[in-house]
Amino acid sequence: MSKLLEMLKGLGEQLHLKPQHSFTGGVHPQELKKTAGLPSMTCPLPKQIILPMKQHIGDACEPLVKVGDHVLRGQQIAKSQGYLSVPVHASTSGTVTKIEDHVIAHPSGLGLPCIFIEPDGKDEVDESLYPLPNYRSADPIELRERIRSAGLAGLGGAAFPTFIKLVLDQQNKIETVVLNGIECEPWLTNDHQLMLEKAHEIVTGMDILMHMVGSQQGIIAIEDNKMDTVEVMQKTLVDMGLDASVRIEVLPTKYPQGGEKQLIQVLTGKEVPAGRLPIQVGVLSQNVGTSKAIYDAVCLGEALTERMMTVSGDALPNPTNMRVRLGTPVAWLLEQCGLDDTDGIKVIHGGPMMGDILTDMRIPVVKASNGILAMRISTLMQAHHQEDPCIRCGDCGDVCPAGLMPNLLAVHCKEEQFERAEDYNLFDCIECGACSYVCPSHIPLVHYFRFGKGKVAQIRREKAFAEESRKRSETRDARIAQELAEKEEKRRIAKEKKEARAKALAEKQAQEAAEGETKKPEAES
Amino acid sequence: MIFLSSPHQHSGNSIQLTMFSVIIALIPAAMVSVYLYGWLAVFLLTTCIGMSLLTEYVVLRMMKRDTARLWDGSAALTGLFLALVLPAAVPWWIAVFAAVFAILLGKQLYGGLGYNLFNPALAARVVLLISFPLYMTSWLIPMHMGAVLDMYDFSNSLSFFFLGPDAVKQTWDAITMATPLGHVKTELTQGVTVGEALANYQYSTLNAFIGREAGSLGEGSALALLMGGIWLMARHTISWHIPVSYLLTVAVFAGIFNLINPDVYAPPLFHLLAGGLILCAFFMATDPVSSPSSGIGKIVFGVGCGLLTWVIRTFGNYPEGAMFAVVLMNCATPLIDYYIRPRVYGYKRGEKS
Repeated sequence: MSKLLEMLKGLGEQLHLKPQHSFTGGVHPQELKKTAGLPSMTCPLPKQIILPMKQHIGDACEPLVKVGDHVLRGQQIAKSQGYLSVPVHASTSGTVTKIEDHVIAHPSGLGLPCIFIEPDGKDEVDESLYPLPNYRSADPIELRERIRSAGLAGLGGAAFPTFIKLVLDQQNKIETVVLNGIECEPWLTNDHQLMLEKAHEIVTGMDILMHMVGSQQGIIAIEDNKMDTVEVMQKTLVDMGLDASVRIEVLPTKYPQGGEKQLIQVLTGKEVPAGRLPIQVGVLSQNVGTSKAIYDAVCLGEALTERMMTVSGDALPNPTNMRVRLGTPVAWLLEQCGLDDTDGIKVIHGGPMMGDILTDMRIPVVKASNGILAMRISTLMQAHHQEDPCIRCGDCGDVCPAGLMPNLLAVHCKEEQFERAEDYNLFDCIECGACSYVCPSHIPLVHYFRFGKGKVAQIRREKAFAEESRKRSETRDARIAQELAEKEEKRRIAKEKKEARAKALAEKQAQEAAEGETKKPEAES
Repeated sequence: MIFLSSPHQHSGNSIQLTMFSVIIALIPAAMVSVYLYGWLAVFLLTTCIGMSLLTEYVVLRMMKRDTARLWDGSAALTGLFLALVLPAAVPWWIAVFAAVFAILLGKQLYGGLGYNLFNPALAARVVLLISFPLYMTSWLIPMHMGAVLDMYDFSNSLSFFFLGPDAVKQTWDAITMATPLGHVKTELTQGVTVGEALANYQYSTLNAFIGREAGSLGEGSALALLMGGIWLMARHTISWHIPVSYLLTVAVFAGIFNLINPDVYAPPLFHLLAGGLILCAFFMATDPVSSPSSGIGKIVFGVGCGLLTWVIRTFGNYPEGAMFAVVLMNCATPLIDYYIRPRVYGYKRGEKS
């Protein structure tokens, strides 16, 4: 029925000649944005800063400092390894106390090498990156290098290294730069607050992006539950004289509209082909927080050392929006918001739809941390009800933004029929959680997909390893066979030579004997 | 450690809520049945629902499953469905047999809730129709012709239900009549046209719409069923795909053939209101467990149901085809789910990952 209405609505809009796209599926969870409009506060420096060597999608970094070194805020303390990687910077001045494995925000609960810094409280800034306010005359390639070396990764939650999206070639021309101010996760308001407080910086960051990729068109996408930001952003655009090339699109509130691919579909009607990047359809999209960080890196010459976060949840007495140094332990954050006991409480890193439950309160804030939610276990247990049998209602498929059939997919993952699961496009799942959210049987569908993906990856690794071993063993067999053949050949040649020698000797002896016989009578005679 | 993987927020929907929504949506139809058949309807409803719950409980105990499952609403709903698809005149043992069959063979032996291939109530109904054709095709005269309520007070109804018509000194012929579909079918075999058959039945579209024609307990009132069905669609408990495609298919086929030869083929509106079509389209075919799960699969399923219903009604031996059609299409559900899938984001239709 709702789809029918949507179709009719679409038809009506077509008659008004205004194309309006949408993405398939989606849900509208209770928003619970308690901290909306709360002015941000600065989180005080913690007693210890813990900086993981990997805060982005891609390869981990390698430390450049050693224990006992004194570092400055913004100083590069770890260099990137491999292409898909950005360096790590110290987020305050202080002394490196240790470099060792520490738990990070990852569902596996596994550790990663981290650099521990004891702040000296002076917060001295490293001045190696100089400000570049006149970015319009700067070379885009230089700007891109600066964005990479400032350690920028997407601040929306996925932490994709920013510079990789800024491909500067002529074949794939970026026509539209999109700023993602959707923030569709419940509870989170950090992007909302950032847009209210740093509108000028965000729009300048967008202008830098448009300059770099040579695009003439920009779109700032905001959901209609944040109308105050629309006003502020529009005013900023007008003030900066950018309102001709950049427009603001107000979209109806729907989850997961902030997903990059979904947002592109809504704004342009185009789908990013499977396994490709948005550049394929001529779009560059960045989160508003990333845009502000681009401004900091270019115009102020600052590396990425802090970010805006929402610290909220139904167990937190004083929820707020905070500017937090990267590496700040979660326990410190919660303490600042009045939480003194974590009994009967679980803490979510990120939003409730895609975030992970933290296993340890010493886990540090990283570039991807958009929120920390302290939730009562009783509240969580309402969402994590006991699993009932699937009644195949198909609600999960109706809300899936990727067009999958989650119920069947989950059955195949659960029963470890991974080939079937891949046939049902397991790897096209974006893990948004809309399916689990609506499931009347409370089936943890996303959990099964993660399990399936992990297993398939493991099987592929094992297969590759087996293939490698097979090849190695084949090469070895071939080598041994060849060596044997060579030995045999040598032996044969030696044997032939020996035989030839023996034959020659025998002939010689025979000849000598014959000669002897003929001589003998002579001698005797 | 409690099991906690994202998402950590939930819509609040549950199996129980889904099942009880459907039960609530069927209350108007159940009330109409009580109005039409008096105490007999009450006995049938309580027996079917009670026996379904009892059977479910016994099976859960025997299989050592959590007996709290009894209250998820699915067994009660199956019982309610069963009562609504049975004729008001069936004796108690048919109702008991039907409930036990539906729960035991139709549902639990397949693995319980979520695993059954057929809609349990319809499977039981089909088995009964084949096993006890006399009882299953004896339709009580509904209230507007004055027969039932005049004749049966509480004690008479009780005797009728437990001891049969002989006990209350009635013969079948005096208290039963054909359904409109059955009547038209019989007349057609004797060379009477559809129009004449409907006229001598004193058929009226209004009566059929509000539910004053003979038939199974709950299939009479299109109005009551539509009220419940539309409410379910508005609540998103069922989607529009199956009812709309099902009813449209029947209407289109009936319409085309009625245009070709109105004497032999009944008009579309007659088909839509007659028999269990509306009940099946909104409540039986939409049973989530035994119907496809994707929207496009549901449309294929609905079209299949519509086509089969019309074909069985028009060319088959049974006057009513909706229940057979749904049960037959239930068999096709796994196939539909395998071959008919929605287009995945980023792929062209038919393209593989």
